Amino acid sequence: MARVNIYAIYSLWLREMIRFFRLKSRVFGSLAPPFFFLAFLGFGFKSAAMPAIPQEVDYISFLAPGIIGMTLLFSSTFGGLSMLWDREFGFLREIMVAPVSRLSIVIGRTAGGVTTAVMQGLIILIPGIVMGLKISGLPGFLLSLVFMVLIATTFNSLGLAFASRMKDMSGFSLIMNFMVFPLFLLSGALFPISNLPTWLRSLSYLDPLTYGVDGLRGALVGVSTFPLAFDFAILAVCCMGALGLGAYLFEISDVE
Amino acid sequence: MEGAAIATSGLTMRFDDFTAVEGVDLQIEKGELFGLLGPNGAGKSTIIKMLTTMLRPTAGGAVVWGHDIARERDAVRNSIGVVFQDPSVDSQLTGRENLDFHGRMYGMDKKTRQERVHEVLELVDLTEKANVLMEDYSGGMQRRLEIARGLMHHPLVLFLDEPTLGLDAQTRRYIWRYILKMNQEEGVTVVLTTHYMEEADHLCERVAIIDQGKIVALDTPENLKDLIGADIVTLEVDDGVTDEQVHAFSKFDGVEAVDRSGSTINLSVDHGESRIPEIVLGSCSAGVKIRSVSMHEPTLEDVFLKFTGKKIREAESSGAGMMAAFQSRMRTRRH
Repeated sequence: MARVNIYAIYSLWLREMIRFFRLKSRVFGSLAPPFFFLAFLGFGFKSAAMPAIPQEVDYISFLAPGIIGMTLLFSSTFGGLSMLWDREFGFLREIMVAPVSRLSIVIGRTAGGVTTAVMQGLIILIPGIVMGLKISGLPGFLLSLVFMVLIATTFNSLGLAFASRMKDMSGFSLIMNFMVFPLFLLSGALFPISNLPTWLRSLSYLDPLTYGVDGLRGALVGVSTFPLAFDFAILAVCCMGALGLGAYLFEISDVE
Repeated sequence: MEGAAIATSGLTMRFDDFTAVEGVDLQIEKGELFGLLGPNGAGKSTIIKMLTTMLRPTAGGAVVWGHDIARERDAVRNSIGVVFQDPSVDSQLTGRENLDFHGRMYGMDKKTRQERVHEVLELVDLTEKANVLMEDYSGGMQRRLEIARGLMHHPLVLFLDEPTLGLDAQTRRYIWRYILKMNQEEGVTVVLTTHYMEEADHLCERVAIIDQGKIVALDTPENLKDLIGADIVTLEVDDGVTDEQVHAFSKFDGVEAVDRSGSTINLSVDHGESRIPEIVLGSCSAGVKIRSVSMHEPTLEDVFLKFTGKKIREAESSGAGMMAAFQSRMRTRRH
């Protein structure tokens, strides 16, 4: 069963792409919250001096990578959880009855979810630049893409893991509000985590997005709390772990 | 290739406290149009789910086109097409995109896919709707597209689980026509489940009648109806009629069996229409007051009644509690 079927992976990926470009209003809607965060916090705190942000970095340059991280977190978790919709509307059975291994299904879905999340992250980058985010250069931009893919894969897989354990949609808002939102707020997307009290900061260190946002900041702006290699290593480990967990829980989940 | 299309032996599915399918032995021939007929909750869908590798049997087994459903799941999946009882399309994709998705999942290359999409759309008369989003399809059109999709990859066996459930009479007839057409033109072996008597009667070459997880009868619709033999004359009589008076009916010429439930008396009568006058006169002289008389030729409903002692409607209501428990566990039906 554990064969990898490239054609099937492509088919699943392509489906996500068609849906992404077709459901423009939904994409637009899901981009509104990060855009508002970026615009209002960016303008609102523009001239406020926030402690622990290096002198040479203005708040918008600090904030924009965090908001990209937020966009990736929300859209990729949503992408992973969207398996619930496929189950609800029966399409999952169409996928499951095909002669395709579950591993291929996981890879195809994840590839699709990650691509759409990264595209949304890149879209949010544009208003960031308009508002004054200065990107350090092409290598930094390319490096940020690596971090985007890692962040999206991690949370897409976590979403899939949750969806595999859930029987219906009732847990969806619970996860969005009690997992995704805290992960976002703890990650240091909006302010340096060194401003948090120690006990809360230790929670931040457990949040994979902390290293994702720090990595994005280091890659795009050139300022980070941790060394980039450290961010990368932690995030890569989280990503592998989440991917394994998602694939495993999906593998053992009931079709019906 | 020798052998049957599908052979099951002792196929059984138990859930914690409820046996959905018990010891089913079936042999379905290649090219056959085979029906599983029974009330909701009889276990038809569970049989289909096991044969399509969506559920693993708790005991017994089955072979689909030479492949074991438990050990060679991919080979089974490659040989079959399935049209599920509930919708299973992506409503945000067009008809063509749904078919294309399906073709790719089954490893069909672009050229083969394009040709086949054209063929199957033609078969179900949906060519003009190919580029319309599924959410804009009517229920019947969606069902037709699902049938087309089930055929897309040239399956050897096509499973249709309640293909006309919830469709209006006219759409149902269309679906019947497509099912017959693909069985004849594409030569695909078809296994369908239904709880509509006339559907099984009209479509199927052979029918297995299923009640409470077991096969209670299996034959061609004609042979099954011949088991009832004669016509059924139904008398509505006054409540006060005694069993002796009812018994007197069996002495009439041509009356083969008498069956009473409350104020309704069913008589199996050869050449029913010519016997009705005698029956009415006879019952008057025996003092039985008749309120109405009707007659029909035997249907599969009568066969079901004969083998299970109840009408299919009654079987559904008595099975409803069990079915509710079953559904909450299985989460199969969605509305």
